[in-house]
Amino acid sequence: MLQFLLRRLTVAVLVAITVMTLAFVLTRLSGDLAISIAGPNATQADIEVVRKAYGLDRPLVTQFFDWVGRALTGDFGNSYFFKAPVSSLIAERMPVTLTLGLTGLVIALVVSLPLGIVAAVRENTALDRVVQLVALLGQAMPSFWLGLLLMITFGLQLGWLPISGTGSWQNYVMPGIVLAFSAIPALTRLTRAGMIQSMGSDYIRTARAKGLSRASILLKHALRNAAIPVVAIAAVQLGFMLGGSIVIEQVFALHGVGFLAWESIGKNDFPVVQAVVLVLAVIYVALTTLADLMNAVLDPRLRGP
Amino acid sequence: MNVATVTAGPRRGWRSLATWFGAAIVGIASICAVFAPWLVPYDPFAQDLGKRLLVPFWMEGHVPGHFLGTDQLGRDYLSRLIWGCRISMLIGITVTIVSGLIGITLGVLGGFVGGRVDDAVLFAITTRLSIPVVLVALAVVALLGSSMTLLVLILGLLLWDRFAVVARSTTMQVRHLDFVAAAWCAGCSRFRILVREVLPNIASHLVVVATLEVALAILLEAALSFLGLGVPPPLPSWGLMIAEAKDYMFFSPWVIVIPGVALFVLVLGINLLGDGLRDMFGTRSDP
Repeated sequence: MLQFLLRRLTVAVLVAITVMTLAFVLTRLSGDLAISIAGPNATQADIEVVRKAYGLDRPLVTQFFDWVGRALTGDFGNSYFFKAPVSSLIAERMPVTLTLGLTGLVIALVVSLPLGIVAAVRENTALDRVVQLVALLGQAMPSFWLGLLLMITFGLQLGWLPISGTGSWQNYVMPGIVLAFSAIPALTRLTRAGMIQSMGSDYIRTARAKGLSRASILLKHALRNAAIPVVAIAAVQLGFMLGGSIVIEQVFALHGVGFLAWESIGKNDFPVVQAVVLVLAVIYVALTTLADLMNAVLDPRLRGP
Repeated sequence: MNVATVTAGPRRGWRSLATWFGAAIVGIASICAVFAPWLVPYDPFAQDLGKRLLVPFWMEGHVPGHFLGTDQLGRDYLSRLIWGCRISMLIGITVTIVSGLIGITLGVLGGFVGGRVDDAVLFAITTRLSIPVVLVALAVVALLGSSMTLLVLILGLLLWDRFAVVARSTTMQVRHLDFVAAAWCAGCSRFRILVREVLPNIASHLVVVATLEVALAILLEAALSFLGLGVPPPLPSWGLMIAEAKDYMFFSPWVIVIPGVALFVLVLGINLLGDGLRDMFGTRSDP
């Protein structure tokens, strides 16, 4: 178990380092950063001043290691636009994005787990086909469009839910539903496939022969084995939701990390963009590593040779 | 062979209604894409400020000339819809080609050679999956400017992971089969084996992945265009049309409903076709 853990952590750290490098390269892609910061009306002298002030006259490698060193201590520098430390900006907005992501994940699980189980139990019947169709519809739906439609229907015409801001829990309902839509197809399919597979196995036949109740068989035995890939995919989907929240946050005007990234991209605020890419990637790596570890706990066969 | 097993179960592949529906949608979209310059009733870029926000045919006050009404600058909506289909299909296919080239090469190399190369390919895939795609695409377009070519390159460089995963796993399965060993014994070079033996046998799986990637690319481009950092205006990308209509959506909701429905139906059709192909090629167990 320990060896598995170490191996997984090493991979996670290496991936994080690679993403750090990519994020750094990303913001240097457009050429001279000093010109972008100084603005269109700057003279050559202004640009030189900016260059010195932000340390952009040093060799790229020095800049990179300096950034990495500081990032490891949580110091992502200062935002060009907000004139505040990037880490505090991200920390301020992270709760909104996390709430949104978790809401979306909970809604997705609440919908897709029962759907998947029902579809598996009634495999190949009309109900199964309906569930698969629902999954397909969810896959084809453009998230931003669904968000706008929900806004018009529930926000404007019916007046049930607020259409922007982060005042109360109701603000997260529509965005959460939209996010859940993107995760439901994969989770439903996986639950269904996993349940079909585990229900056909020998230990289930034994349980039935022993006379255990339907519910007990389904939930205690079949679901526990089917849960393994579902756990992994749920973690991955949460990672995608956090990374992809930028569109939803923009549509519903939720001031989360995605919205911050969106504003910063528009203002060429590179430290923020760099930091957000890195933070989101690290969260994703952490989530998948956690999912793998949970799976290894649930199923000893996955712990490696 | 038991007669009952032949007819039992849901209708799959070419016998399924869903697959034919998907094929029909993709067919119509392809015709729109290829013949758009001849199909459009008006010039999609011609503004007519005297005829702004005319309603489509199902609402009262409809003007006979414009079947789906006009947008906020007086441009005919049906023409923009057809032209948008051309853009969506073009981007979907070109992005899939680029990402396919990258992903298949990586996957096949990793799967065939194994060892350190395979570890490197797996690492690349894991890293690519960790990157928040929409965010990075937005940042790159914001930095380098938006043009169709650049957009296709960026999306192609960000969407190759499914190709790589499927190519790698199928290559690993095929690698151990007898005809590969036979070719090896006959003295074929590695490259020849890859191209003449491995690729044709994994092609069906890759076609399924390609179909689904087209749908994904179209959705992603629509999201980027919606945020203003995709296809540059005045090109009528459906995502851009929805974004432009957002300001009017509370007064004229049909302006965002129409391109959204078009997007939804096209992506649904492509997915249905992909599922049908998956059944026809007998690759149900693929992701």
